[in-house]
This record gives sequence, structure tokens and C-alpha cells, in this order.
Amino acid sequence: MLNTKKTMTFTHKSLTRKVISLTLLALTAVMFSLPAMSVESLRGDDAPNGPSVKVGKYRVKSEEGGYERNFKKQPPLIPHKVDKYRITLKNNGCLKCHSEKAYKKEDAPKVGDSHYIARDGKKLEHVSRRRYFCVQCHIPQVDSDPLVENTYENEE
Amino acid sequence: MGLFSKQGTFKILFFGFVLGIIFWGGFNTALEMTNKESFCISCHEMQNNYEEYTSTIHYSNRTGVKATCPDCHVPKEWIHKIIRKIKASNEVYHKLMGTIDTQEKFEAHRLELAKDEWARMLSTDSRECRNCHNFDSMDLDKQEARSANRHEQAIEYGWTCIQCHKGIAHELPGGYDPADDTPSAPEKSDS
Repeated sequence: MLNTKKTMTFTHKSLTRKVISLTLLALTAVMFSLPAMSVESLRGDDAPNGPSVKVGKYRVKSEEGGYERNFKKQPPLIPHKVDKYRITLKNNGCLKCHSEKAYKKEDAPKVGDSHYIARDGKKLEHVSRRRYFCVQCHIPQVDSDPLVENTYENEE
Repeated sequence: MGLFSKQGTFKILFFGFVLGIIFWGGFNTALEMTNKESFCISCHEMQNNYEEYTSTIHYSNRTGVKATCPDCHVPKEWIHKIIRKIKASNEVYHKLMGTIDTQEKFEAHRLELAKDEWARMLSTDSRECRNCHNFDSMDLDKQEARSANRHEQAIEYGWTCIQCHKGIAHELPGGYDPADDTPSAPEKSDS
């Protein structure tokens, strides 16, 4: 008795629900029944699945005393980890040690004199803006083998 | 049975004891609640600070040991903790006043706020840092030469962590040069 009453009261609602769920079911059925051939890549079956090259795990090397230059005027390589130092609009983490004020205290090499000259040749008190992004030229090294063998020898 | 009979005294003592446990427990629970990272960053003022900290070594590192906000900013010992918590009422006031409720306002106050915290750490000999980082357990031989040199100097001349390690968990205020404040070893005269 109770059940019938309930269904009587909610007939309208449950009917709407039934219609909606049936429509959804029908739609899903249609979707799944469509064959996979409908989308075909221009590459054919050769499409890449996931990253093509496995990225190796390398550590950034620390080299006491720094790396030798490979050629004159090469921007010196960074002989330590740099992941802690950020270069932002407001701060330059590298200059914490390499600035004119800090290098003596920190026993670090000073930023080269050329970096204090603006493009119009004017000597500046701070590192020139065009030299601000240190890692654009100076880079750390990882403990990997060279990708390509070569016979290059350091320039004297 | 009057209130001042033997049994009455016992009852009062007993209820006092139970109430004492409840109040003290409640107080401590509330205090601990305010000592959680989730509490710190429940104010939107702290979101940016938190964001900056997530890219630093105190949030994510090789061994998975992590320092959360209260580990550095709230003392561990009870009496120092209570003093800090009382002082924090000033922060509640500024929260209500909206002193740093936008990014721009925060940046305008960043140097001042940073200097406050540096002064606090300096005055306690970097007590909160030293809860984890201890010179006695620090193996200088395992450090890079330059770090080891600087730490040797720090031990010799009695420097404290915060004098050199500024802006390690949050960005430095723009225009502030830490080299102005870092200590240096006195020049050795050749004799």
C-alpha cells in the first residue's frame, strides 16, 4: 500500500527522470556504436603515444675552482647548482654572491667589468640591464656524456 | 550535607579538577589549531607568501623533510610561543584594517615586514632555524668548500643564520641588497 502511494505521489517526477535517463542511455549507446575509424590522424598509426625520448636523470656538477674556458671570451660556465637562485624583475639571486658588494665576503668571482657598461658605452654603478639575465650566457653543467663525439680541443 | 562539610569540599575540588582539565585542554587545542599551516594560509593575505615558499627547499627537497610556516615563525618553547601569540594580536588588528589586503599594499610593506621578522630572528640567535639546523650536527666536510668556509667563519665569529640566509623561503624585498647586511670576516693582517 505504502509503496503504491509513494509512486502515485512522485509519478510525474519519476517519469521525467526515466525519460532523461533513457535518452542518456540511448545517446551513450550511439556514441559507443560509432566505429573508431571516424577520426584518423594525418600521420596514420604513427602518432606518438607519450614522450618519445626518455629524459635521463643527471645531476648538476660542482667543480671546485671553476671550469676551464674552451675558447677566449667564452662566458665562464657555472661550477655549482643554481636551482635555489632565482632571477626576477626585483631580485637577482646570482648577485647575492657575485655582486661588487658581496664577492669579497663570499669569496666568489666578481661579475665581469664589461657587464657594467650600457650599450651607449656609459659606465654604470649596477649590472647593466642587458646583462641582467645571467643564465642566458652562463650555464651549469650536468654529469652526462657528450651527445655527439667530437675532437674539439680547448683554444690556448 | 552543607557545602562546607567534608564531602562538599571534596566535590568542589573534584569538579574544579575536571573543569581545569577541560579548560586547559580546550585552550591548548585552540592554541595548536592556530599553529597549523592550514590556519596560516586561511587568510588570503598569506596566499602569495605561501606560493613563494612552495618553490623553495623548505617546501620540497630531496629527502622530503619539510618546514611549515609555524616551524620558522612560531617558537616551540611554551613561554616564547605564548609571547609570540600575544604579539600576533597586532597581526589580527592589521588583518581587520586591511593593511596588506592587496598585492600592491603587501609589496609596499614587504621590506618593513621582512625587517621585522629578521630582527626577531636575530634577537633570538635564529632559534627557530636551530630547532633543525644545528652547528653541532653540521658536517662541514660534506658541504661545498665555499659554504664550509663561511660556516667556519660563522662559528668562529658567532654569527647567526639569519644574517646570511635571508630571502630563502620568501622572495627578498625589491631593491634590498642582502650584501649590505651580510657579515664578513675581519681582514687578517699578515704578521
